[in-house]
Amino acid sequence: MGKRVMLMQGNEACVEGAIAAGMRFYAGYPITPSTEIAELSAEKLPKVGGKFIQMEDEIASMGAVIGASLAGLKAMTATSGPGFSLKQENIGFACLTEVPCVIVNVQRGGPSTGLPTLPAQGDVMQARWGTHGDHPIIVISPSSVREVFDMTIKAFNLSEKYRVPCILLMDEVVAHMREKVELPEELNIEIINRKKPKASLPDYKPYKDYDGDGIPPMAAFGDGTPFHVTGLIHDETGFPSTDPKVTENLLNRLMNKIYNNLDDIIEYETVDTADANTVIVTFGSTARSVLRAVKLLRQEGFKVGMLRLKTIWPFPHKAINELTQTATKNLIVAEMNYGQLIETVKASADGVFKVYGLNKYNGELITPQEVIDKVREVAVNA
Amino acid sequence: MDERIEIRLSGSGGQGLILAGIILAEAAILDGKNAVQTQSYGPEARGGASRSEVIISNESIDYPKVSKSDILLALTEEAMLKYKNGLKENGLLILDSSIEKPDGPYKILSVPILKTAQEKVGKSIVANIVALGTLISATKIVSKEAIEKAVLDRVPKGTEELNKKALYEGYKLVS
Repeated sequence: MGKRVMLMQGNEACVEGAIAAGMRFYAGYPITPSTEIAELSAEKLPKVGGKFIQMEDEIASMGAVIGASLAGLKAMTATSGPGFSLKQENIGFACLTEVPCVIVNVQRGGPSTGLPTLPAQGDVMQARWGTHGDHPIIVISPSSVREVFDMTIKAFNLSEKYRVPCILLMDEVVAHMREKVELPEELNIEIINRKKPKASLPDYKPYKDYDGDGIPPMAAFGDGTPFHVTGLIHDETGFPSTDPKVTENLLNRLMNKIYNNLDDIIEYETVDTADANTVIVTFGSTARSVLRAVKLLRQEGFKVGMLRLKTIWPFPHKAINELTQTATKNLIVAEMNYGQLIETVKASADGVFKVYGLNKYNGELITPQEVIDKVREVAVNA
Repeated sequence: MDERIEIRLSGSGGQGLILAGIILAEAAILDGKNAVQTQSYGPEARGGASRSEVIISNESIDYPKVSKSDILLALTEEAMLKYKNGLKENGLLILDSSIEKPDGPYKILSVPILKTAQEKVGKSIVANIVALGTLISATKIVSKEAIEKAVLDRVPKGTEELNKKALYEGYKLVS
């Protein structure tokens, strides 16, 4: 047994992944079921020369993370539904000002303070549209402890590469469970750092698309190239503008830097979809129940498969489109909420598939038996 | 696929059953198996019936929760009453001997875990480790070498001998 094989909790894997990715700043306001992320960041960050601050509230935590990132550090915060709501305005600020940062949302039952210790997947839409205005955002969702580690690194990498906030959308099950993990050697981990301006430019424009990829190089405060940052619509210099052309160009660039790179950003997994009549679309810990159900149903001869979305936003339309090339007739969207992702799946399916929901919102993980029952029900009705 | 063994450790909050679950899962990993550990959060973890669950398998573990356990350990009557219906038919129920045996389709092993910790080992707080010794002696779900190493890796410095004794007294409760 190598020394990197161990029993590890999901929240712990998040901190390990963050530090491996280069996180050197954490600000947060501890909230169940994400608390261990703050606790372990407080313990581990000082040992690698990083800083941990417990802030006075959720809003200030998000502000501190943005400030730290502008000063050049990779920064993260972790929260749950109620705190995620409070952070939304500042998340929008980070979207518009293109400040890389990672926000972990360990989902619990809602609305409001809801079910603090119990799992849910009710923040799918809040993760996409929680902050106001048109904005790009990347949301990814892990299903295992090892994947929490990998996806935390990916969250930092995408955030740094595209200068966009990245949300790691976890749930209580994957955050609190402990399981066997084998962590990769640090040398084998790909780390992406934000682009810096090539030299110390006297005329550095912080929002100029120097490279034509829609991603301006980012100087750090303290590098000697001070610049203006505002939540107002701004031109290449970073100063406010109400010019329609400037406004349109900025919003187009913010969207295009993400939507022109979907193949680089989006990840999903398919299991047994090639000959499947029914495919269950799912994500997060629910996928583990679905996987078991698929195995059991296959033993009985059911042609059933799973599409697991690792990237939730931008939505992987390509994954749904690929199913049109198979025998698939029915999609079941399994999620621990009243039905959120299903609306986007329906829009993506555009009438090609019949789309059914398997929803649970009582604070318990969907069980394999419930998935099996739903597949049988769909098979009878189809 | 049905290689998986599901174990539920139950008692009252503060009896160290969550730690026992973690140690059991770590022992399984030392034996080269896969393991998942989950636990109850919330008010019951601070008193009342609390539980820690471990799944051990030679294969990868998909669904991480216990549905019907193969083994239930209960250190209090409240926990036994709350979780006995989640035990498989002919599943193994390991009970502290202070608890009255329930009727039901279970294999019951009634042993003085709490008394052994208190009187033979001399500390009631090691009841969780005595219980692990009993559980492993009765089921062989992990090796004795692995559980001993896992216990010693997890317990506070200076308590190694105490915990080792607790483990062995636990073994001896099953002949």
